[in-house]
Amino acid sequence: MYKKISDQLRDLLSKCDSRLDELEETYPEKRGFREWLEFSGISRRSFLKWSAIMSSTLMLPPVFEKRVARAAEIASRIPVIWLHFAECTGCTESLLRSNNPGVAEIILQYLSLDYHDTVMAPSGEAAEKSLKDTMAKYKGKYICICEGSIPTKMDGKYLRVGTNAVTGLEKAKEVTKDAAAVISIGHCASYGGPQASYPNPTGSKSINEALGINSVIIPGCPYNSASLVGTILYFILFGKIPTTKSGRPVFAYGKRIHDTCPRRAHFDAGEFVREWGDEGAKKGFCLYMVGCKGPMTYNNCNIQGWNDDIASPIKAGHGCIGCSEPAFWDKMAPLEKPIQARILPGVESTADHVGWALIGISAVGMGVHAFYSHFKAKNKGVTKECCEEHQKEE
Amino acid sequence: MAKRTVIDPITRIEGHLRVEVEVEGGKVKEALSSGTLFRGFEIILKGRDPRDAGLFTQRICGVCTHVHYDASIHAVENAIKIVPPKNGRLVRNLIKAAQYIQDHIIHFYILHGLDWVDITKVLQADPKKAEELAYSAGSTYNAGRARFAEVKKKVENLVKSGQLGPFANGYWGHSAYKVPPEAVLLIVSHYLDALEVQRYGGQIMAILGGKEPHTQGLVVGGVTCVKDLLDPKRIGDVLFRFRKLKEFVDTAYLPDLLLAGQVYKDYGVQNVGAGHKNYLSYGDFRLSDDADRSNLFFPSGVILNGDLSKVHKFDPEKITEHVKHSWYKYADESKGLHPKDGVTEPNYTGLNADNTCKENEKYSWVKAPRYDNKPMEVGPLSRVLVAYASGNKEVKALVDYALKTLNAPASALFGTLGRTAARCIETKWLADTAEKWVGELVENLKSNDETFTKYSMPKEAMGYGLIEAPRGALGHWVSIENYKIKNYQCIVPSTWNFSPKDALGQRGACEQSLIGNPCVNKDQPLEVLRTVHSFDPCLACAIHIVRR
Repeated sequence: MYKKISDQLRDLLSKCDSRLDELEETYPEKRGFREWLEFSGISRRSFLKWSAIMSSTLMLPPVFEKRVARAAEIASRIPVIWLHFAECTGCTESLLRSNNPGVAEIILQYLSLDYHDTVMAPSGEAAEKSLKDTMAKYKGKYICICEGSIPTKMDGKYLRVGTNAVTGLEKAKEVTKDAAAVISIGHCASYGGPQASYPNPTGSKSINEALGINSVIIPGCPYNSASLVGTILYFILFGKIPTTKSGRPVFAYGKRIHDTCPRRAHFDAGEFVREWGDEGAKKGFCLYMVGCKGPMTYNNCNIQGWNDDIASPIKAGHGCIGCSEPAFWDKMAPLEKPIQARILPGVESTADHVGWALIGISAVGMGVHAFYSHFKAKNKGVTKECCEEHQKEE
Repeated sequence: MAKRTVIDPITRIEGHLRVEVEVEGGKVKEALSSGTLFRGFEIILKGRDPRDAGLFTQRICGVCTHVHYDASIHAVENAIKIVPPKNGRLVRNLIKAAQYIQDHIIHFYILHGLDWVDITKVLQADPKKAEELAYSAGSTYNAGRARFAEVKKKVENLVKSGQLGPFANGYWGHSAYKVPPEAVLLIVSHYLDALEVQRYGGQIMAILGGKEPHTQGLVVGGVTCVKDLLDPKRIGDVLFRFRKLKEFVDTAYLPDLLLAGQVYKDYGVQNVGAGHKNYLSYGDFRLSDDADRSNLFFPSGVILNGDLSKVHKFDPEKITEHVKHSWYKYADESKGLHPKDGVTEPNYTGLNADNTCKENEKYSWVKAPRYDNKPMEVGPLSRVLVAYASGNKEVKALVDYALKTLNAPASALFGTLGRTAARCIETKWLADTAEKWVGELVENLKSNDETFTKYSMPKEAMGYGLIEAPRGALGHWVSIENYKIKNYQCIVPSTWNFSPKDALGQRGACEQSLIGNPCVNKDQPLEVLRTVHSFDPCLACAIHIVRR
C-alpha cells in the first residue's frame, strides 16, 4: 500500500531537481552569487555548512544540502517586491539585522529586491516605475512580501500611497494578484498587529483577511529572519510553501517557546522569579509567574536566537509576550501577569473564540502544573508566605 | 499653488510620507509635507495596564525601536514617583547609546548616502587612487586597493546583470551629484561595511534587552537583565561591540562625512535647508540617580532664530499642538492644546480631485506641535547646537574640528548639511563615552547588584517622560485612573519636524526648510530629497497620535 521511505525520498529529490532546473530557466540573469560570497568573506565550505544548517532547520534529510545550496544561488535572482502597509518597519530592520548565520543576510540582501521602499534609491514616480517594471517583466514570477496590516475602515483611506494616492488595500490587491507567492511577515501582516487590537479604530486586518487570499504567514513582532529565509528556500526547492499549521510554517512554529526554554528545568522544579530583580532573577529562574507566555506561544526564539543568536527575551530575564500568536495584545495582556490574571475588558467581543478557548484550556493546565511544581518546591524550603501569595493568584 | 510635483512615496525613510513642491526657476517656492497613514494607538491604549504601555508604544516605531519603550517607562515611573537603581539607569543609557550609534550609521550610509553619492560613478573610479584618498582622509576602515577593486567589480557585475534591484531607477547622472569617483568608491565600500557593522549595535541592545528590533528588557522600576549583568562574559560582549562601533565611527563615518562635506560645502555656507532656525532639545541620558532632570549628558534648551549667543531654558508647559491643517477635529482650531489636555478625533477631509493636498485646508495625519507658539526643529542638529551654545567642551571640540576641516563658520551648521554633520558629531560623542559608562556599570556591580526599584501602582496618577530619540525630542504623557491608563499621549520627533502648518499659518520645520531649496529638474527632485532625508523622517512615529 505505502511506498517505501526510500522511494518517497527519491520522488521528492527528483521533484526538487526538476523544480530547480525549471527555475534556472525562468530566471536566466546571472547575479554572480558565488562572487558575492567570496567578496563577503564567506568560503565555499562555510556556505555548505550553512546549507546543512538550513536543511535541518527546514527538517529536510541531509541529502538535500547540495540542493539547498543550489536553491540559494537561484534565490539571488528571484525578484522580490516588498510592500509596506500599516506597520513600524521593525520587520525590515529585522531583515537588516539578519546574521544567523552570515550568509542568510547575503541571500536576503541580494535576492533581487526590486521594490523595497526603505532601501531603494528612487522616490515618488521613479519608485513607482520600479514597481511597474518589475510587475510587468516578471508577471507571475515575483515573490511579494507584505509587511504591515491593511486599514479597511473609511474605504481604506487611513492609508494612501503613491502619486495617485491609492489606498493600501488597492495597492495590495494589484501587486499580489500576479505574484508567484505572497508571504505575510510580522504580526501586523499575519494577524493585524497592535493597530488591530481592541477596539481597532482603523479596521486594520491581516493580509489574508483583507484580501481574501491564503498567503503563508511568518508572525512575530518582529519575525525571526531565519524563518523568512527558510520559507523562501523551501518555496524555491519545491515550488510550494512549507507545511503549515494555522498558516505558519511548521519548521519554525512547530514548537512552543515553553518546550525549548532554557529555563524549563526551573519551571519543572518550581523555581520562579517572583519579582523583577529578585534572587530568582539573579539565578535565572522560570519567568512564568512574572507573565511569561511561553507555554501558549509557538515560535523558535529559543532555537534560532536573536541578533546573531546572541540573545532572546527569556535569556535577558523578561518573559515571552506571545508576539507570534493571534491578538496577543488583547489575549495575553496584562503582560507582566500569568495568563489567568487577564483583566482587559471588552476583549471577548473581538476575540477569536476558538483560539481563545484553546489558550484558556492550556492556561488552566499550566496554572495547575505551576502550582504543583511550586508546592513541591515549598517542601524544599521556599517560604510559606511566597506560596500563599501564589495560591491567591491562582 | 501652481503645478505641483508630488513625491510619494518618499523612500529610504520609516513610514509613509508625501511631499508636494512647487518649483520655479530651479528653486522650491512652496512645499507641503503630509503623513498618509493613521493607526490610532491612542484609543487602543485606553484601559490597559500602564506597565504594558512601554511594550505597546514601542510598536509605534521599529526603526528607533527602543526609544518609545524608554519614554513610556519614564512616564509611568514619573507618575508613580520612582527612579530605577543606578544599574538600571546605566543599562538604559547603554542600550540607548547603542541604538543611537547604530541608527545614525544606517541613516548616513543606507538611507541618506545615495542622496549625495552617485553609485554609478564607481565604474570610473581608480582603486589605487581611492586607496590614496582613503589614507589621506583617515578613512581607513577596511580600506585598500584590493578591497576597492572588489567593490568596483561587484558594482560592475550588478550593472551588467541588468537586475539593479533597489538601485534601479535612481537619479544617477544627476548634475547635483558632485562627489568624485574615488570618494564614491570609498563611501560605497563603507556602505557595505556599514551593513555589517550596524549589527553590533543591535547585538548590544539584544544582550541587555533580549532582542532587537523591539527590545524586551525594561520594566517599570528597572531592567530585567540582572543575570547577564552578573556574567562577566556578557559584559565583555557589550564592551567589545562598543569598541567595534567606535572604530567604524572613527575610521569611516566621521572621515567620510567630512570628505562629502568638503564637496558640498556650499550647502552649509549658503544655509540650504536652514528653515526657521529654531532648535529645541529636551536633553537626555541621565548622569545621576535623582528624580529631576538636571544632570543630563545631552543638555536641554531652546535656540531661537539661529542666535547661538543665548540658550533659553526649556519649559514643558509651553508645548501645544495644532490641528488646523491636520485631519483631526478640535472645538476651537484657532489655537493649540497642551498634550495633557489633548484631543484626537479623526476628521479626514480627503484630497483635491487631482489627488494633491488641499493646502488651504487639512492635508496631513501629522499634528502641528509648537513651542511657545513657534515651530521648532528637533534632532541631532538641535542637540549639538544646544550643547555647543551651552559651552559643552566635548561637543565644542568636535564641532570646531569639523568646521576647521571644512574651513567654514559656525553658521554653516544651519541647514541640510549641518543636520547630517551634527548626526555624525553626536555619534562620535556617544561612541567616545559609551565605554566609560560600561566601566561605571562594572564598578557599581562590584558592590551593588540591584536592578529593580519596588513600587505599588497608585490608583490615580499622572506623569510624563521626556527623552531624546535619535531623531529628536520625544515626549510621552500618561494619566492613570483606577490602576489603568485613562489617557496616553506622545509628541514624537517627526511630529515636530514634519508638521503641517499651524493655526497661525506658520509652516512646519521641514516645509520651511524646503523653501528656496534648489531643484534643477522637477522630474528628478534629488535636492529636495536631500533636505527631507536630512531630518531622518520617521512617519509611523509621527502619526501614532496617542490621545484620549
